[in-house]
Amino acid sequence: MNSQETDTSARGIYGGVEFITASVGGQMFGIRVLTVQDVLGPQKLARVPLAPPAVAGALNMRGRIVTAIDLRQRLGLPAADREASMSIVVEFKGELYSLLIDEVGEVLAIEADRMEPNPPTLKPNWREVSSGIYRLDGQLMVVLEVDRLLDFDRGVLAA
Amino acid sequence: MDELLTEFLTETAESLSTLDVELVRLEQNPDDPKLIDNIFRLVHTIKGTCGFLGLPRLAAVAHSSENVLGKIRDGAMTATPVAVTLILASLDRIKDLLAALEQTEAEPAGDDNELIDKLDAMAAGELVEAPVAAVPDEPEDFDATLGRSLKPGEVSLEELERVFQETSAGDDEEPAATPAPVAAAEPEATPEPAKPVAAAPAPKPAEVKPATAAKPEGGGESSVANQSIRVSVEQLENLMTMVSELVLTRNQLMQMVRGRADSEFKVPLQRLSHVTTELQEGVMKTRMQPIGNAWAKLPRIIRDLSHDLSKKIELQMLGADTELDRQVLELIKDPLTHMVRNSADHGLETPAERTEAGKAETGKVVLNAYHEGGHIIIEIKDDGRGLDVDRIRAKVLEKGLASEADLQSMSDQKIQQFIFAPGFSTAAEVTAVSGRGVGMDVVRTNIEKIGGTVELKSVVGRGSTFTIKIPLTLAIVSALVVECAGERFAIPQISVIELVRAASGSEQKIETINGTPVLRLRNRLLPLVYLDQSLQLREADTEPPAEVYVVVTQVGAYTFGIVVDKVFDTEEIVVKPVAPLLRDIAMFSGNTILGDGSVIMILDPNGIAASTSGATMHEDEGAELARQGESRGEESVAMLLFRAGGGEPKAVPLSLVARLEDIPVEAVEFANERYVTQYRGKLMPLVSMDHGMQIREEGRQPVLVFADGEHTLGLLVEEIVDIVDQPLNVELAAERPGFIGSAVIAGKATDVIDVGHYVAQNFDTWFGEGKGSADGDSASKRVLLVDDSPFFRNMLTPLLRVAGYDVTVAEAPDEALRLREDGADFDVIISDIEMPGMSGFEFATEVRREGAWQDVPMVALSSHTETQDFARGREAGFTDYVGKMDRDALLQALSQTLSMMGDAA
Repeated sequence: MNSQETDTSARGIYGGVEFITASVGGQMFGIRVLTVQDVLGPQKLARVPLAPPAVAGALNMRGRIVTAIDLRQRLGLPAADREASMSIVVEFKGELYSLLIDEVGEVLAIEADRMEPNPPTLKPNWREVSSGIYRLDGQLMVVLEVDRLLDFDRGVLAA
Repeated sequence: MDELLTEFLTETAESLSTLDVELVRLEQNPDDPKLIDNIFRLVHTIKGTCGFLGLPRLAAVAHSSENVLGKIRDGAMTATPVAVTLILASLDRIKDLLAALEQTEAEPAGDDNELIDKLDAMAAGELVEAPVAAVPDEPEDFDATLGRSLKPGEVSLEELERVFQETSAGDDEEPAATPAPVAAAEPEATPEPAKPVAAAPAPKPAEVKPATAAKPEGGGESSVANQSIRVSVEQLENLMTMVSELVLTRNQLMQMVRGRADSEFKVPLQRLSHVTTELQEGVMKTRMQPIGNAWAKLPRIIRDLSHDLSKKIELQMLGADTELDRQVLELIKDPLTHMVRNSADHGLETPAERTEAGKAETGKVVLNAYHEGGHIIIEIKDDGRGLDVDRIRAKVLEKGLASEADLQSMSDQKIQQFIFAPGFSTAAEVTAVSGRGVGMDVVRTNIEKIGGTVELKSVVGRGSTFTIKIPLTLAIVSALVVECAGERFAIPQISVIELVRAASGSEQKIETINGTPVLRLRNRLLPLVYLDQSLQLREADTEPPAEVYVVVTQVGAYTFGIVVDKVFDTEEIVVKPVAPLLRDIAMFSGNTILGDGSVIMILDPNGIAASTSGATMHEDEGAELARQGESRGEESVAMLLFRAGGGEPKAVPLSLVARLEDIPVEAVEFANERYVTQYRGKLMPLVSMDHGMQIREEGRQPVLVFADGEHTLGLLVEEIVDIVDQPLNVELAAERPGFIGSAVIAGKATDVIDVGHYVAQNFDTWFGEGKGSADGDSASKRVLLVDDSPFFRNMLTPLLRVAGYDVTVAEAPDEALRLREDGADFDVIISDIEMPGMSGFEFATEVRREGAWQDVPMVALSSHTETQDFARGREAGFTDYVGKMDRDALLQALSQTLSMMGDAA
């Protein structure tokens, strides 16, 4: 990977952006590779009582405590077994969060200019956390922005 | 070896090696002011510490070197190679002395006059080049200077020198890193000034010395400087993380092997486990230090202070072995020293002042450190004069920190907080010891930097207490692991007092009072908190388990029980802060990873106590400091809560209750139309809150016993609920007799009963007239009580009645004056001073001005009892002046006033 390019954004060798794809509730999502720390299989979660509903619990990733965020809950999708979910660990403001997903897909490099804006009809809670959509073969990939997803100050998690 | 000495040796060795390099650089750049400053500062520090530790030889040498350096710094002299060589020689002497010091823990005998003379001559500008020749003579001079045989245990410098020489000869080939520049610079420097040839070889031996003396620092010789190294905290942190990993892996392996009967891995794994545990402990220990380390210098400072200020000071240090994180320790060291200094300097009075104030001559400064609910608390307490609010107020105005109007609306506690404001210093004049105005704001900033708080409580004339609270974020605590609704939690062991198993059939069982669960534990009622409810772990309708455990927990002075399903073991845990997202949940103080790798939440007993009982023990962390100061500033009163006569809980100040008794109902008798019981050889009347209340038909009857002089009175109650310690603030005055009013106690509206009423009711009528009074004469005296506060009216009326006075009450001066117009006559008038509308002073002036009461003695009641208030009261026409809360003084004043009048009449 070209260092000068990685400095500026998540551009891959082809001048594209690299995403890790994941499916949640049958929908494909993309998360920028550079924000991702790790991908984990099903984990034992410690419940955190009184926490906002989107917080699925806490888990131990190599000695660091990671807060698990239930993406299904966050996106208003029907609940699934949290302990059976895989997760993508991302870092935000020095803290680690694991985003619970159904299944992890692959790493894709896509040209940045292929991104299309969210359709205005997309649900507000999705538009809030997504910066756009890519049309891939046969399906759409919604780009999830980690900083928007985990911005607690906006109080979205409590909602 | 003495901790202080060790530290000194390590530090000085570091400074010296820096100096060696810096001096040589100075020689090359004699005009670099930064270099000179740095060198001067280092030598100055060495001098200072030597003097501080009482090392005269070292101090003298350093002092003379400093003089020379001072000249160079001031530009009176240039850093010629001669001068540098001489200073290097004196540094070597310092090193020699240090080496001897390290071995024997005392300065070797001998003197350094020759060297000092040369240095002084140099400083005086007399010496130009001769010293160089003299320097090499030094080692030989030593025998002469010593001039006597060595005492046992003493090591001659010559011998040391030889050891150094030998060591250096051993590995001549690779000079140590530090001396290298010295050696390189020296030959270059020596020929420069073109000195006589004879002098040229002279620097040679001198130049060997830095090399050899520096050797032990880098070499293998046992040196204190060698026994400790500085490691960055970050590195330790990394180590810590790795060790945690190792522990987890170990645990996994153990789990795997445990399943097999005899595995070949068993023995090596046992060993691995053992080593891992030790490694873990070792790494943890590297970060933890007893707070006593930060206190080591304080006794000395206090001793010197007491000497300089001619005060007698006793320093008490409690909890010196309380461990805290090294980093935190470093950060609070200076603030602590400063605060102790302040307490001794500003806080304590001189022996003469103390004697005058009726205190012991010797003032006390008490340092106390302990763990409490996930925090380390450090108290600095003195029994001195306390903070002078008036002076602070004046200072605040003078410095323009607040306007007069602002100050008017502030409580004393809030004004005291100004000592934390930047640029504030309470000492009227700046003393050498403290009070340069950089003080308390820096202290507060430093403490807040590490997430701590500092609180101040000060009582004029009684002293001040500073309480520093530092979170244990990084500290290791022992925690009790419990389970509730299938989830495990850790409770810091420090707040756990005991564990009680409670099952429905067993002796210890959970009872409910009006739906509130309590546990009767050794005649005490323990309020309970169900963890599953406070954490919303279970659906409300789930059947609770038949057998539960109560974790008896203490937060401050408040004890309560946390009900959990299961109790496991205690475990040493590393407290990690919770994610920002979860920080608002007051129930948790952090989270941690247990030995088995699972993440669990650490409960915060403070948070649990606050959220459930309403008896808030500590304000929210972020709460305004001043507010905390205020809420703590109020005197808290121990209140006994009980139930009687239905309705809301009742309370009575515990101090009024002589005893709590539980008498069998058979012992309750009926005589003279009253319930009585035989109590300690006497008949004790029993009264109930309201007449409807029935004596229990069987079993035992709880009774509150009040005693007044030789009389006792029993109040029948249904149940004694609890004892709560909190500020008493009667918000609603009672309309009913027998009650003072209502207050919020333990989060509930509670009626505060008026003991005086019951005592008066009984002793007045039952014991007969005059019998209960303090003074036979007073029985017929008529008293007019003027007070706007229903609380005081209710408190004083029964008191005066018991004393045999005939009391009439007026709520305001107007009402009293109307009584005068109506022709009422009194023997004495008691009046409050602070009243809305007409003040007590105005009232007195009015009474004296005209009318029937002109000669009636008046007693003023006020919460201000300063001399000037007294004078003003006299001026207005009061006969006497007493403090509002002082019942005895009031009674005495009354009888005195009346007898005086009697004599006069």
